[in-house]
Amino acid sequence: MILTLDNLTRSFGSLKAVDGVELEVAAGEALGIIGPNGAGKTTLFNLITGLLRPDAGAIRFDGRDITQAPPRARCIAGIGRSFQIPHPFENLTVFENLLVAAIHGRRQREAQVVDACGDILERTGLIDFANRRAGTLNLLGRKRLELARALAGSPRLLLLDEIAGGLTEAECSELVELVRAIRQSGITIVWIEHVVHALVAVVSRLVVLNFGRKIIEGEPRSVMASAEVSEIYMGIAA
Amino acid sequence: MSIDGSNSAGLSAAHSPGSRFTVTRATPASTITLLIAVPMILILAALPAFANRTLLQELFYVFTMLALAQLWNLLAGSAGLISVGQQAFVGTGAYALFAFTVVGGLDPILSIMLAGVTAGVVAIPAALIVFRLRGAYFAIGTWVVAEVCRLILAQVKQLGGGTGTSLPPDVASSMIGLDFVRNLFTVRGPAARDIISYWLALVLAVGTFVLVYRLLRSRYGLALSAIGDSEAAAESTGVDVFRTKLFIYVVTAIVTGMAGALIFLQKARISPDGAYSLIDWTAYVIFIVVIGGIGTMEGPIIGVAVFYLLQYYLAALGSWYLILLGGLAIMLMLFAPSGIWGVLSRRLDISLFPVRRRLVGPLKHSAGEQNGES
Repeated sequence: MILTLDNLTRSFGSLKAVDGVELEVAAGEALGIIGPNGAGKTTLFNLITGLLRPDAGAIRFDGRDITQAPPRARCIAGIGRSFQIPHPFENLTVFENLLVAAIHGRRQREAQVVDACGDILERTGLIDFANRRAGTLNLLGRKRLELARALAGSPRLLLLDEIAGGLTEAECSELVELVRAIRQSGITIVWIEHVVHALVAVVSRLVVLNFGRKIIEGEPRSVMASAEVSEIYMGIAA
Repeated sequence: MSIDGSNSAGLSAAHSPGSRFTVTRATPASTITLLIAVPMILILAALPAFANRTLLQELFYVFTMLALAQLWNLLAGSAGLISVGQQAFVGTGAYALFAFTVVGGLDPILSIMLAGVTAGVVAIPAALIVFRLRGAYFAIGTWVVAEVCRLILAQVKQLGGGTGTSLPPDVASSMIGLDFVRNLFTVRGPAARDIISYWLALVLAVGTFVLVYRLLRSRYGLALSAIGDSEAAAESTGVDVFRTKLFIYVVTAIVTGMAGALIFLQKARISPDGAYSLIDWTAYVIFIVVIGGIGTMEGPIIGVAVFYLLQYYLAALGSWYLILLGGLAIMLMLFAPSGIWGVLSRRLDISLFPVRRRLVGPLKHSAGEQNGES
C-alpha cells in the first residue's frame, strides 16, 4: 500500500469533518472520491498533505508514518496535490510556478529541471502561457496550472481536488486523457471530483464520503448504482 | 514513472535527449541598462575629484537611503514581509559601531563589518518572535522589537544612555586610507573623511543592489515570491518557508546594520531616539519604495530620486513637508499602487533589471490555447 489512512479523525468545533476514515490505496491505483459538499473530502486531502493535523488516527505513506510530518516533508517524500481553489504563485510566470515545485520538491538544480517543466507545460496545454504572469490566467488556466505544478514536483502519489469543474465536454475528455496518461506512467492518483463521468472514466475504485464518514467503496459502476449513493444524491445523480 | 525525476514526471511520449528548452531573462533594454550602469558607477566613483563637499554629503544620504530601500523592498516586495521595524537593525548596527570603535578601539571600517554581523545576530531571536505573527501583527511585532532595542540601548551608560554620545575625533581620524585620500585630493582631514564615507556609501548602494538583484534571480527569489503569494501552496510544493524567510530576514538585517553603522559613522553622534527612529529609517524608506514601485529593482531608484528632490525643495516647510509627503504617498497608493515604475514599465512594456525568467523552446500549438486566456 502506498497510502494507508487509519481511523483518521478531525473536528472543527463540534463538526466532525473527517470521522474515523479507513482507507488503503495501492501503488499505481487510481481512486476516486465523491460525496456532497461538506462531506469532508478536501479536509481529508489537507490531512494527507499535512496542512491540517488529525485529532486522532494515523497516516502511512510508503510504509512510513507521516502523521506528524510537516507539509514540505510530505511533498519531498512524493505526495503532490492540486488545490480545489487554485493557489497559483501569481507574481511568478507560469513556467516559474512549475520551477518552484521542481527545484524545491525534487531538490534539484534549476538547469536539471527546465526540460521537464517545459514538457509538463506542453502536456497540460499551458506551453503558450509559459511566460505569462500566473495571476493573469483565468480559472481554467489556473486549474491546469494546479495540475501542472503538482506534476512538476515529480510525485508518486497525486491528489487531485476538483479539477474538472466548469470545463466544456471537449476540455473534459482532454483532461480525462491527461489524467489517464499520468496514471499509466505509474503515478498513483486519488481524485476528488463532482463531475462523476470524468472520474469513472479513469478510476478503478470509488469511495463515497458523507458527513465525514466513508459510506461505501468499490467498483465505480456498482457504487454509483448502490442504494446509498442514490439516497445521498437524491435527485442529483442516481 | 521514474522516481529520480529525470523525465517529465514520467509521462510517456517523446523526450528527446539534450535540452529542448532554455531559460533567458535578458532583454534589449536590460542589456543597454547594464552598458550604461557600469560607466555611470565609475563616474560616481571619480566624483570626489570634481565635486564639492556638499554634493558628496547629499549623495552619501541618497546612497544610504537607496540601500535601505532596496533591503526593505526585498522583504516586503517579494516575500510580503511588511516590516516597520527596520530601524531595529539600523540602530543596532550604529550602536555596534560606536561600541567597537569607542569601547573596543577597533578601526571604523572593520567595525562597520562587525556591526553588520551584530545586527544579523540580533535578527535571529527577533525572527523567531515575529515569524509567529502574520500580516499586520507581523508589522507591529517588528516595530515592538525595534522599541525594545531602543529602550535597552538607552540603559547602556558606556554608550551615553538615553541622551547619547559623540564619536571621539581620534576615532574618525584613525580611519584606514585617510592619509591616502588626503594626499590624493590634497584636502584637509574632514573633507577626506567625507570622501571615504562617500565611497563607502557608493559601495554599499551598489553592493546592496547587486546582492538583492542576484538573490531575486536565484532559487531563493523564486521561493520568496512563492511564499509572498501563498504560504500554504509554497509549503505544499516543497519550499522550506521558515528557513527561506529566516535567511532573507537575517541577510537583510546584516546589510541594514552595516548601513546604520556607516550612517552614524558619518553623523559622528548617536542617541537612542536618532538611531532607532521609525520616521528616518523605516517611514521614509517605505515612502521611497511605495512611490517608486514596490517589488521592482527600478522602483527604489526612482523613489529615492523623487524623495530627495521633494526634500531638497520642500524641507524648509517643516511640518507641512511631512504632511505633503504623507498625502502624496496616500494618493499614489490609491491611484497607482504599483508606483511610478509600475505604471511606466506597464505603459512602455520594459524591464531594465528583469527578474522573471522566460522559457524559450519549441513553442507548439496546443489545443487549450484559448482557454487559459483571461
